[in-house]
Amino acid sequence: MRGIAYTRYELLRTFRNRRFYLFALGVPLVFYWLLAAPQRNNHNFANSGLSVPLYYMVGLAGFGTMVSMLSAGGRIAGERQAGWTRQLRISPLSVRAYFRAKVMTAYAMALLTLGLLYVSGAALGVSLPAQRWLEMTGLILIGLLPFAALGILIGHLVTTDSVGPVMGGGVSILAFLGGTWFPITSGFLHTLGPFLPSWWLVQASHAALTGHGWPARGWITVAAWTAIFSAGAAWAYRRDTNRV
Amino acid sequence: MRLASSRRGGRSSRRSAGPGETLSSITGGGSARSEGGIRVRGLAKTFRGPQGPIHAVRGIDFAIAAGETVALLGPNGAGKSTTIDMVLGLAKPDGGEVSVFGHTPREAVDAGLVGAMLQTGELIRDLTVREIVAMMASLYPDPMDVDATLELTGLSATAGQRTQKLSGGQTQRVRFAVAVVSNPDLLVLDEPTVALDVEGRREFWVAMRKFAAQGRTIVFATHYLEEADANADRAILMAHGRIVADGPTTEIKARVGSKTIRTTLPEADPARLVALPGVGSADRHGDAVILSCTDSDLAIRALLEQYPLARDIEITGGSLEEAFLELTSDPDVEEAEVMAR
Repeated sequence: MRGIAYTRYELLRTFRNRRFYLFALGVPLVFYWLLAAPQRNNHNFANSGLSVPLYYMVGLAGFGTMVSMLSAGGRIAGERQAGWTRQLRISPLSVRAYFRAKVMTAYAMALLTLGLLYVSGAALGVSLPAQRWLEMTGLILIGLLPFAALGILIGHLVTTDSVGPVMGGGVSILAFLGGTWFPITSGFLHTLGPFLPSWWLVQASHAALTGHGWPARGWITVAAWTAIFSAGAAWAYRRDTNRV
Repeated sequence: MRLASSRRGGRSSRRSAGPGETLSSITGGGSARSEGGIRVRGLAKTFRGPQGPIHAVRGIDFAIAAGETVALLGPNGAGKSTTIDMVLGLAKPDGGEVSVFGHTPREAVDAGLVGAMLQTGELIRDLTVREIVAMMASLYPDPMDVDATLELTGLSATAGQRTQKLSGGQTQRVRFAVAVVSNPDLLVLDEPTVALDVEGRREFWVAMRKFAAQGRTIVFATHYLEEADANADRAILMAHGRIVADGPTTEIKARVGSKTIRTTLPEADPARLVALPGVGSADRHGDAVILSCTDSDLAIRALLEQYPLARDIEITGGSLEEAFLELTSDPDVEEAEVMAR
């Protein structure tokens, strides 16, 4: 399995990049403590039935892991610009193994973000049975699939000059509409939200409370976006064989 | 499956050479897996440009035998890089076909038979030199030893440095190491010395020739006639997407022919200088005289005999650009060009 060694080097590279720590891990943590710590004793946030520390723990886990997944794609844009993807294309590394390495690295980053937020959540009084933690984590990891594909799609479409704004803007809008920053309980945004993959990422916190997981609609939405972004990523990869 | 087994055969024959033997005694090029060499037939590629189609490669044919070192020579825009991209399977030809050791480019790449140093390309950051070479080695079925590769490419001393902290010359060496660590039967180098200074170039070609001596097939693109002359068995000269000459570099040089004599000769009359044997034309710029020669050996003897006071004499070979003008104004080529339109 030649792709495994490649994945190992991808991980090594990722965890040597200090800017990654600062933004992908630091920003969600700072937000979490700023938002959740002052209201740590609010146990029914905006009538959602969730405590503030739990709500924001999952909301920011969604945000932080989304950043992790998409930034893996952003690095593809850099590697394309550097001509590195062309170098890889003249090696026996298969496309599948290349993307698997990218997605596994992204998930490793996401798991680290999750771990830090869980520790912070526990410090602010979030207390759940072990099974609920696992269910919630499972839902978040599944909910990240569309973002893994979206990251690759963006990485093959944009240049390094524009990848920052595209990622920053995209994450902000998706996080806002998904309910990362505050619960969206009514109005147009409440109608729109469930059509977005980021909404279901945040909804994983309900699973933590009820143990019911997503309704069918959540699974369908996540599956549909995964299919759409994957098809887009495959298309973008194929059209991207020329010199940049 | 046939490919895999024939490859193993080639490998064992190369490996059987002991450490005491010299590199040139190892002949991997004749192994079964590199049979057939490289064949290119009717290859064509057109790009869409803002001012209409750009015919980058206009139907070229050539064959390279296993073990040969061939220079793809031509100025910028001749179609060298596009040809290389098609041989590597990075670009899809609009017409014609490429076969690499009897396989399609993609099959040859997937089997790990091909290593290449592309024209543009930086290194990914946050890895050391040794790590990036080891990472690439991990992708191939039968890579070269990482330490031996670092040694060959002169990187042993910089093995521990991060890739983002290297100089331009060091980066180029790492790119070369990345290409050769795959232990390829075919090594393709697209303008490998562009970023190097004079010393760097010299060292690069020493390393390349050492590698070539192991019986590899090597194709490199360059726009320097001297590089082709010094390092290749044969040159394929390209201009405007066509092959205008293909043969031993000495033959190409002879075809390029014309040399120039420059000298300081205040009192000479250009009309009399043209009459000297071997001189095609004469120009005067102040005190300097420039003679374009059909035979520079004859011309210099006659010049010194008739003008013993001539000083600051320089004889220079024709530049590739001149060669081009000469070869592309060949009536056959011009006719072909007209027909292509």
